[in-house]
Amino acid sequence: METGASSSAAAHVAFENVSMSFGGRRVLKDFTCRFPPGKISVILGGSGSGKTTILRLIGGLVRPNRGRIVVAGHDITDLSETQLYAVRSKLGMMFQGGALLNSETIFDNLAFPLHEHTRLGERDVADEVHRTLTAVGLADVDTLLPGQLSGGMIKRAALARAILLKPEILMCDEPFSGLDPISVKRIEALLTRINQRLGVTMLVSSHHIPSTLRMADQVVLLWNGGAIIGTPEKLRTSDDPQIAEFFNEEVREDSLEPTHTPAEHWRAG
Amino acid sequence: MVSVLQDLGWSVIRFVDHLGKIAVFAGQIGRALFTPPPRLRPFVNELFNIGVLSLVIICVCGMAVGMVLGLQGYNTLVRFGAAQSLGAVVGLSLIRELGPVLTALLAIGRAGSATTAEIGTMVATEQLDGLRMMSINPIHLVITPKALAMTAVMPLLSGLFIVCGLAGGYLVGVGLMGIDAGAYMSSLENAVVFRDDVAGSLLKAFVFGGLVGLIATYRGYTCAPTSAGVSAATTSTVVVSSVSVLLFDYVITALWGV
Repeated sequence: METGASSSAAAHVAFENVSMSFGGRRVLKDFTCRFPPGKISVILGGSGSGKTTILRLIGGLVRPNRGRIVVAGHDITDLSETQLYAVRSKLGMMFQGGALLNSETIFDNLAFPLHEHTRLGERDVADEVHRTLTAVGLADVDTLLPGQLSGGMIKRAALARAILLKPEILMCDEPFSGLDPISVKRIEALLTRINQRLGVTMLVSSHHIPSTLRMADQVVLLWNGGAIIGTPEKLRTSDDPQIAEFFNEEVREDSLEPTHTPAEHWRAG
Repeated sequence: MVSVLQDLGWSVIRFVDHLGKIAVFAGQIGRALFTPPPRLRPFVNELFNIGVLSLVIICVCGMAVGMVLGLQGYNTLVRFGAAQSLGAVVGLSLIRELGPVLTALLAIGRAGSATTAEIGTMVATEQLDGLRMMSINPIHLVITPKALAMTAVMPLLSGLFIVCGLAGGYLVGVGLMGIDAGAYMSSLENAVVFRDDVAGSLLKAFVFGGLVGLIATYRGYTCAPTSAGVSAATTSTVVVSSVSVLLFDYVITALWGV
């Protein structure tokens, strides 16, 4: 187990001393990490620990205060929005809430990026959309709007849209949150299958320990402002009792400190 | 005293900061206008949402304003023995001033607030970030068609408002007060000059459309990604757009005499 850096020599995504704050609250401090190609890396941590921020930094949706981020060989730290589009064409992102266009049908949501970025004809687009929807277990939702789907179905539709253009790097933000155990297993199996069949580098932010232990090749645990990186097994059997507790999903009474910085009046109350 | 000055200073700085950001935003929209591919389908959808869906409210309000003008105008003119000039009074009031301004205020309430709320919701639900991650510029796909449609629709709605207002004035003046129909129409025809009055009115409406489109889209695009943020942005659109329209109305009138 390492602190602050992974042992992988070749990295598909690399963070070097990245710091990030939101309104005075520091989320990442000198964060250094390498995400190896073709592997599933799960970013673990409590609420507000910076999991989603790491994914948004990779996508260039937010900019770091300090440090350097390299994605698929491109240093994206200082790229303009226009330059970022070229890098984003190698990325796919499944947002926590799906981020599907809610005024468009599921079919149109998936067909849209194909119309934008490929020269496929209508029939080929339809075939590709149906093939992808079937692959994620959503064969009969073409004409429905996102608002008419369940939480698990929205996540699968979002996953279908994220993999449609065959990205090199797939990022999934909290793919298991708010789902029943069966849906969790279904999404987990889907992610694992996508990783194995397409060989994509996968970055998953989650606080779902069982799934993490089953699917992760590498775990990045955001802990007390820093990061602890290792295999799931190594972290689960860590000598540090707090880390072991986190992985065994136990909570000590004296560790019940809020993760977020609370408002002063709340603390006083 | 010092704190009052500090607050005033900060307010001025924030105002100038906003103006700068709106200018940059307008530049991005301008660039997106000439970036392929043209977003025809979203533009036509917005023409429908902003234009067609506003037809009823514009017609009803135009008619009501025209009727009130007819009534008030008649009561005033008859004191001076000039009731036959009612057509000119109603026409010039509507064409030069009330048509573009009231249309803009109605469009702000009906379509401007809806535009901000829609874009704000897209920000809050990460739909715009989703587009960015698919290498699609949301300003090109979402913002520009909405702003452009507002600009294009406003002169048309204003024209419709004026026509309905003239009809309302005619109904009251001729139908209710007994003014001669020919006198009403000829005074209207003699008073209104196409180049000065009608073209100027359409120009005003066009400027108001651009202004409302820019403010509504900017407020939605930059709103805080929460329900409270969307709500605040929507309110702000109505207030800022309304005040801006009235201020610009004065500026245009002073500069070009329209």
